Amino acid sequence: MCVAIPGTIIELDGTKARVDFNGNIVNAEAGLVNVKVGDKVLVHAGLIIQTMDDKMADEMDELFREIEGLSI
Amino acid sequence: MKVTMAHGSGGESTSKLISEVFAKHFKNEYLDKLEDSAVVPGNKKIAVTTDSFVVTPIIFPGGDIGRLSVCGTVNDLLMSGARPMYLTCGCILEEGLEIEVLDKIIASMAETAKEAGVKIITGDTKVIENKGGEPGLIINTSGVGFIDENLDVPGPFKLQDEDAIIVSGNLGDHHAAILGTRMGIESNIVSDNAPLREMVEKLLDNNIRVHAMRDVTRGGLGTVLNEFCSASECEILLNEESMPVSATVKDFCGILGLDPMYMGNEGKMVLSVHKDDAKKALSLIKGSKYGENAGIIGSVRKNKETVDNNVVLCTKIGGKRIIGLMYGEGLPRIC
Amino acid sequence: MTDTKLSQIIKALKEYDGEEVRLMEVCGTHTAAISENGIPSMLSPKIKLISGPGCPVCVTVTAVIDRLIELSMQENTCVLTFGDLIRVKGTYKSLADARADGASVKMVYSPMETIKLAMQNPKCTFVFAAIGFETTTPVYAMVLEEAIKADIHNLKLLTSLKTMPQVIRWVAGNGGGVDGFIAPGHVAAVTGSNIFKELSKELNIPFVVSGFEAEQLILTIYALVSMKGKDGIRNLYKSVVTEEGNTKAKELVDKYFEVADSSWRGMGKIKGSGMVLRKQYQDYDAGSIGLDEDHMPKGCSCASVLVGKVRPNDCPLFGKSCTPDNAHGACMVSTEGSCYNYYVSGRR
Repeated sequence: MCVAIPGTIIELDGTKARVDFNGNIVNAEAGLVNVKVGDKVLVHAGLIIQTMDDKMADEMDELFREIEGLSI
Repeated sequence: MKVTMAHGSGGESTSKLISEVFAKHFKNEYLDKLEDSAVVPGNKKIAVTTDSFVVTPIIFPGGDIGRLSVCGTVNDLLMSGARPMYLTCGCILEEGLEIEVLDKIIASMAETAKEAGVKIITGDTKVIENKGGEPGLIINTSGVGFIDENLDVPGPFKLQDEDAIIVSGNLGDHHAAILGTRMGIESNIVSDNAPLREMVEKLLDNNIRVHAMRDVTRGGLGTVLNEFCSASECEILLNEESMPVSATVKDFCGILGLDPMYMGNEGKMVLSVHKDDAKKALSLIKGSKYGENAGIIGSVRKNKETVDNNVVLCTKIGGKRIIGLMYGEGLPRIC
Repeated sequence: MTDTKLSQIIKALKEYDGEEVRLMEVCGTHTAAISENGIPSMLSPKIKLISGPGCPVCVTVTAVIDRLIELSMQENTCVLTFGDLIRVKGTYKSLADARADGASVKMVYSPMETIKLAMQNPKCTFVFAAIGFETTTPVYAMVLEEAIKADIHNLKLLTSLKTMPQVIRWVAGNGGGVDGFIAPGHVAAVTGSNIFKELSKELNIPFVVSGFEAEQLILTIYALVSMKGKDGIRNLYKSVVTEEGNTKAKELVDKYFEVADSSWRGMGKIKGSGMVLRKQYQDYDAGSIGLDEDHMPKGCSCASVLVGKVRPNDCPLFGKSCTPDNAHGACMVSTEGSCYNYYVSGRR
């Protein structure tokens, strides 16, 4: 229901951020997250709704760990 | 100076506008006569087409309505295997349009016509009231092309079993450039509006067995391939991994929830080529202007028992998805 | 190594021959991602995916569209909306039809743009068609926060805001039996995965929070099949989904909005399933209260489709009188709608 993809903050002026998505730049409101330039964030309809934790990146290894022990 | 209703009156202002803007840029031996009709040398077999161009904004990243109006018609002629020769130009101007802007657009038309190797031989100008908003213009171009006597003219119903499907470059650039401007998304995406003469002529000159050929405009690749499928009663199998889409356009689609498969282009074509000619066709296209990102994206299955007449995309993860027709305007979805 | 693991999982899903499992994706973007990646073709016939009520456009009742059209026809009023709501029909017509009749309707990327437009055009009142779930509500709260700070009054919201937990309860109780939920990743990014933990216990149905990549969805489906019959929650979208979610966003929503009953297309009023503006901010409301009327065309199975009782192609109108070009129900309009997705991708 909620289209959102990860982007990177390239400029930050107070709570007004500019977020880059592979060359597409969108103005986004950053008032609901603690962020700095360079952070990866999730933008929905012009609002940053979450930061993306690189350590928790959804690498396949991490995903497999989450479903470890399950079988069908 | 701005366009006024007087510029459409047929009087002195009209003549002045025509000579100072249109005739100045279009200049050639046929148009210069400014007769009621242009009289030109012909050919036994000709292709004729017409198209009207309406776009907001009229000048967009990578192009403008003038360049677009030449490319659109030239490419339509090329797709029938014709060599484009002559174009007409009908302009409907909205009062209030800056003549400087008009001049820029007409100059761009002339330059594109030169690039595409066609002459604009006759034209018409009218002025209408501006009903609010930024004043713009509408351009209609008709085109004539010559077809080689012995050419087997390609058509959507001529696809053969095992044909290779080739697309001439990245998908979605034009649509993304226009929509990005309207939606306030900045990017370096530019429209791909371009005449495809060089690549098509190379295919013709090398006797490549092109069974069907279409420019991929409104409705995108999905729409064109569906037309091929139903006209030729065959299945087209596409490979998602070989689909050329730039990383920027991919993310642009991600932001707005769009599918590059249905996005419009103005300088791309898709063709169905005899399997033995596929490699050569690809290298000819890749070696032509505007063809550097071309790729073989799929193949045709015909006269097989298990075939439904569908376009089927084999996805990266290993799934199969039917690419249906596009409906509506291809609106961005947010929620 | 991971490649082999993934292909083993893919193989297991294709060859699964246990009891039938019915899984529901309660998010329109999941529905779209599942179709785009051709995932249904990779599953055993014993694993059925059902599209739930998670497309905000699809669950909006006709009264809301009618009210938006009425507003858009008023002088000095401009209705702002996300793209796909424009095509959804109200009782008689859609916002696109109204625009063709001269109404003022503008499509925007972000509700935040309302602020700038309202400042630049003080004589015009801008009404945002505020639809959406927990992911989008913070955006509207932020619009109000900024409007109030900047003393802007020519800006209003017509709200039709929905929340997930109550409708999931409703679906679990009224639907055709759901064995597992693919939990909406971006709702969870805001609310936190804990809301689904409680639901899972209560309903005794497993939930897996998923991202939107093909691999994430495949693993999510695998996890849900294996968790069938038990409660439990797994999070396969840890990069953005935490247990608590975005606390600041939740607080801001709470400042401006309160829980209310809400009407869902074809399902009627569901207790506590929506949000409305708090009393003290009524000045910013464009008449959202009481918009419950829902004109369902005869024979339309939207309601049963939205709760997973029937699949889109089981509706008597599907593909016959109801197609994306002439949609009866909203599910056929939105590119997130389950009927639309079934129709265009040939999903059977």
